[in-house]
Amino acid sequence: MPDQLFGEMLQSIVDGAPDRAAELARQALAKGVDPLEAVNRGFAVGITFAGDQFGCGEMFLPDLLASAEAMKAAIKVLEPEMLKRGSRRETLGKIVLGTARGDIHDIGKNLVATILSASGFQIFDLGTSVTPEQFVAKAKEVDADIVGVSALLTTTMAGQKAVIEALDRNGLRPRVKAIIGGAAVTSKWAAEIGADGYSRNAIDALELAKNLMGKGTVSA
Amino acid sequence: MRPRIQLLSAELIGRILREAFELLMSPGVRVGSAVIELLQSAGVEVNDGIARIPEPLVRECLASVPRDFYLYNRRGEKAVHYGGDDVQFDPGSCCVQMLDPDTLEARPSETRDLVRIVQVTETLPQFAAQSTAVVCSDNDAPSAIGDLYRLFVVLQYSDKPVVTGSFSAAGLQGMIDLLATDSGSAERLRQQPRAVFDVCPSPPLNWSEFGSHNLLDLARAGMPAQIVSMPLAGGTAPVTLAGSVTQHAAEVLAGITLHQLAGPGSPIVWGGAPAIFDMRTGGAPMGAVETAMLNMACAEVGKHLGLPTHGYLVATDSKLVDAQAGAESARSAMLGALAGINMISGAGMLESLACFSVEKLVIDAESIASAQRLARGIEVRGEEVRGDDVGSESLATAMFAQTGLSGEFLKLKETRALFRQEQYLPSPVIDRSARGSEPPSDVFTRARARVDELVGKYQKPSLPEDVLRKFQAIVKREADREADREADRAGVGLPRN
Repeated sequence: MPDQLFGEMLQSIVDGAPDRAAELARQALAKGVDPLEAVNRGFAVGITFAGDQFGCGEMFLPDLLASAEAMKAAIKVLEPEMLKRGSRRETLGKIVLGTARGDIHDIGKNLVATILSASGFQIFDLGTSVTPEQFVAKAKEVDADIVGVSALLTTTMAGQKAVIEALDRNGLRPRVKAIIGGAAVTSKWAAEIGADGYSRNAIDALELAKNLMGKGTVSA
Repeated sequence: MRPRIQLLSAELIGRILREAFELLMSPGVRVGSAVIELLQSAGVEVNDGIARIPEPLVRECLASVPRDFYLYNRRGEKAVHYGGDDVQFDPGSCCVQMLDPDTLEARPSETRDLVRIVQVTETLPQFAAQSTAVVCSDNDAPSAIGDLYRLFVVLQYSDKPVVTGSFSAAGLQGMIDLLATDSGSAERLRQQPRAVFDVCPSPPLNWSEFGSHNLLDLARAGMPAQIVSMPLAGGTAPVTLAGSVTQHAAEVLAGITLHQLAGPGSPIVWGGAPAIFDMRTGGAPMGAVETAMLNMACAEVGKHLGLPTHGYLVATDSKLVDAQAGAESARSAMLGALAGINMISGAGMLESLACFSVEKLVIDAESIASAQRLARGIEVRGEEVRGDDVGSESLATAMFAQTGLSGEFLKLKETRALFRQEQYLPSPVIDRSARGSEPPSDVFTRARARVDELVGKYQKPSLPEDVLRKFQAIVKREADREADREADRAGVGLPRN
């Protein structure tokens, strides 16, 4: 019986149906299913599947975002019970995100935040046009594992370098990893400014973050 | 008859504008603090940085925009006409990567690349204007004044008008100073502007601090401004093409209002780089046919309002100068020309505007020439040949009267007099030759040879020594100022132990 429920959970995520996902989460709680198991054997499998489908071109960004929204809805229902049982879903890592100083383009950064959050990372989103000092302060405050800086414009890419330099100056690296992304960003630029990684899109960013946490092969 | 393509009915344009005016009231437009006072003094309500701009004010501001204006070359001749259905092209702007023709890899662009692009553009009549095409990663000037440095390079190597843009409030004054020096005086520059400045809102409906500032400074300086609004359909704008055109209209209308309030009568262009949002990559596919459709439709709305227009076409998403690059760029050149867009930027650009290729630029020049030919349409000739025995009004009968059934049209003086107007004669980049004993070459190989040929043919304009010295002094002055500002920022931003 639970197997069928897990299957429906998976499907609700793939369908990007937040109401259905929340309803299934409530059903699981009513039936006494361990909420952590509901996540790991049901909903999270759906997110992984959606990510794979996106990777091979069968699903598109709006589908992926809908899946992430459905995931969020399910977690919201399950979280109080998980807390009660003291069985919090294991966080894959803490990530501070923001766009580089002077850059207000946040569509890519928001995608990354949504996908990583749905996949089990804890996201601290500083929003747009974030100064290196703000990145450093937040990374210290939350004891971040990764800092991600997005820049769309060629003119604001220098802001990514400034963040990495600030992390270095404050002695946060190499423990805190710095990753970058954005339309104009290339692997060459990432290497040039000494970033720990770069990815071309949100799904690759998920792989990158998992790899940096040493969890590249473990599914969420 | 000039061939035209229209995508919007009069009724749809009416709906687009009605909804655009609605958007300007609700949700309103985010504006920078620089323009809040200006808007409030015009009676606009501004709360929490969001302005609600009423239609009557926008209409009033539209009425003061010049219907057309010219850009002038260094000799003081009219060289670009913004207005009517005139169509002109310039290379794409501000790329960071350059395609290396030997390795076929993208590498950071440098000053030598910008110079080569300017040299090639200077020799090609297809380009009415230059652009500050690539970022110069090698120059010693602080990157914060890269905009000024690029214009400094272009002005040294070209006599043509320039499509440019400023990335900082500080850079703009230096750029205007360069142009005024080039023109002889600030007054002369105002009367005969040589450059137009791109200025960009941030979708959706956001005239950021910097964009607002830029509009104000350009309006007050009387320098032509070109609004480059770039909604991405489905990403930063409604997914429907009609919805994105509506958002574009609202952004440009808001920009024109800010601009005309600051400098009534200052020239401004209804322009943009609208594109669809790629649902796989999250990128902006510049070669997509829908992207071309958006550019055409946005320009149509601008034309309906009687304004000069601009679009971003002749670019591709391919990383190589290949069949995809050719197909996408040629297609959008044709569509842009048939839409009667006054200035079409984008030639030479690969990889969704991330990489520039000078070889692609010379291939694009062929596509542009074909598009320009198509846009002229089928003309009835005769005026040009008025021999005693030539009936000038006939299409064919007068020529048949001379040849009978001999078929000897090649000998007719009409043929010799008219074939250059009737046919575009492509450069050797386009292969029409019969197969010979040599193996056929591909277009990239021919384009490389053509670039070398054009660079060899290019002649650097003779700039008076004192003008060059003044140019250098301006760049040095701005570099020093930027260094001071950088020191201030570092001093304030970082507590020293």
